Amino acid sequence: MDIPLSRRRALLLGPIYVALTFCAILTLVPFAWLICAAFKTNADVFAHNFLPMGDGFLGVAWDRLTVANFERLFTELGIGRAIANSVMLSAVSALVATFFCALGGYALAKFNFKGRSFILSLVLASLVIPGSLLMAPGYKLIHDLGLLDTYAGLLLPGISPAFGIFLFRQAMVNAAPTALIESARIDGAGELRIFFTIILPLVRPMVGAYLMITFLGSWNNFIGPQIILQDPSRFPLSVAINQLRGMYGTDYGLIMSGTLVSIAPVLALFLLLQKEFISGLTSGAVKG
Amino acid sequence: MSHPAPASPPAAPTPRGHYRAEPLWVPWLCLAPFILTTVVFLAWPLLQSVLLAFKQTYGPRNAVWVGLENFTFLFRDPLFWKAVGNTALFALGSVFVQLPLSLGLAMLLNRPGLRGRAVFRLVFFAPSLVGLVFVGLLFSLMFAPRTGLVNTVLHGVFPAFDPEFPWLEVYIMPALILAALWLYVGFNMVYFLAALQNVPEELLEAASLDGAGPWQRFRHVVLPEIIPIASFVVLMSLLGSLQLFELPFVLLNGGGGPDNRGLTVVMYLYQTGFITGDLGYASAIGWVLALGMAMFAFAQKRFIRRHEEN
Repeated sequence: MDIPLSRRRALLLGPIYVALTFCAILTLVPFAWLICAAFKTNADVFAHNFLPMGDGFLGVAWDRLTVANFERLFTELGIGRAIANSVMLSAVSALVATFFCALGGYALAKFNFKGRSFILSLVLASLVIPGSLLMAPGYKLIHDLGLLDTYAGLLLPGISPAFGIFLFRQAMVNAAPTALIESARIDGAGELRIFFTIILPLVRPMVGAYLMITFLGSWNNFIGPQIILQDPSRFPLSVAINQLRGMYGTDYGLIMSGTLVSIAPVLALFLLLQKEFISGLTSGAVKG
Repeated sequence: MSHPAPASPPAAPTPRGHYRAEPLWVPWLCLAPFILTTVVFLAWPLLQSVLLAFKQTYGPRNAVWVGLENFTFLFRDPLFWKAVGNTALFALGSVFVQLPLSLGLAMLLNRPGLRGRAVFRLVFFAPSLVGLVFVGLLFSLMFAPRTGLVNTVLHGVFPAFDPEFPWLEVYIMPALILAALWLYVGFNMVYFLAALQNVPEELLEAASLDGAGPWQRFRHVVLPEIIPIASFVVLMSLLGSLQLFELPFVLLNGGGGPDNRGLTVVMYLYQTGFITGDLGYASAIGWVLALGMAMFAFAQKRFIRRHEEN
């Protein structure tokens, strides 16, 4: 055939848009169902899949939509407490882990010291140890240290994950020229100042991506707080909403409004920062 | 490595004073949090789990040495094998249903001249931001008989479909595969897309001029280029599948479902460790699982090495 590949491809774009749009709609349907359920009474949740049908605009009974589920969540069930806990836990763990991982990655990328290759292999070894293997002995350790039912027991193990050290090391090896660091030293800059004013700005995209990765990981962490925390006033959203299901199992509207409250903030955050996030996610994998 | 030479040329005095070599304590101080937490929260529990695997415990306080009994019991434990079977089924579903779809979507999105790529990518990726516990809650309602969305839609499209279809009682693993499909298809797609964007367009043009059809172009041009990342995604997906826990845990409200049809290996580990209180038996399960995962990781490494040699 004489038509070049690129021309032939352009002709095929139509069906591709159709296929992609179909898949996109399938992907969005659970979100739509969730949002609709959160704003409906239970009678309407069972009677209508999405918006309640009626004789309002577009055949939808808009007046039957309600925020009663959210009111119950915030007043009667005190979900505000769980939101505050989640925000606090996620923010602290993201900030601390990003700071320590950036420091550790910097040390491995830009310093020559005895034992560096040993530490690097320690980082790689920690990456492949399955979390489920540590569940039983980790619980025992937290218990023995007297950290059960404390935020310290939840946060301390994650202040400097090997995954983050590895990501920052990879980013800094290429992004931060060693000559720049050396000339700053000759000019008399202190080590902390070099790190904050030269190194960190050079890997800014990685800082943003890693902040988000850890914030999200902590926000969505369920099994950690489920095992370690006992006092309901300390529960983050993940555990609190799941408890809600245990108590109000058939109250779909209530459970879906709790789920919506839990996932909306992270989705919004991601919409704002998606570019950095995705580039950070893939940068660890694209190493050949 | 990247560091050119030891940064300690003879300390020639500079106008400002003297040359400062990189101070030895700085890297160790920077790495102190990592080293400390790794020793305390990783190496120590790991060592403990080796010891625990040879003990029977009642809660975190009481333990009796039982030698290899945990392991010999494990291999005769029908519940463990049931969990292994369920987990394997889920892993097969992830690798043979979810990943081909991820790759397919990535290839569609990678078409030159496609508009709205960022929007599509965003939509497909969005579910993976939702925590497993919330996905579990959402799908436990969507899979409900009669009132759940899945059954009402299937019944609406195919009237022969039974609206009482018992997803979460009988077809638990297919339901889990579907939920995981929604959750991870876009996540893996992002990796495939990154890999595909590295395939040189000239190579594809050249293959096309030589008369290679779409399948041949994929098999002989695209696939060899994306194999390193693709095999990494397959490995991650396998390892993640083998550790499947939170999704069925929430979807089935903490248990294994009727007749343990939804029991996974890590769920069984959790049940023995935290419900029955035998952290020893749980550790033995953990080590068998880790061994299985290590085998897959090893196989992927060998596969990649052979691929690079060719």
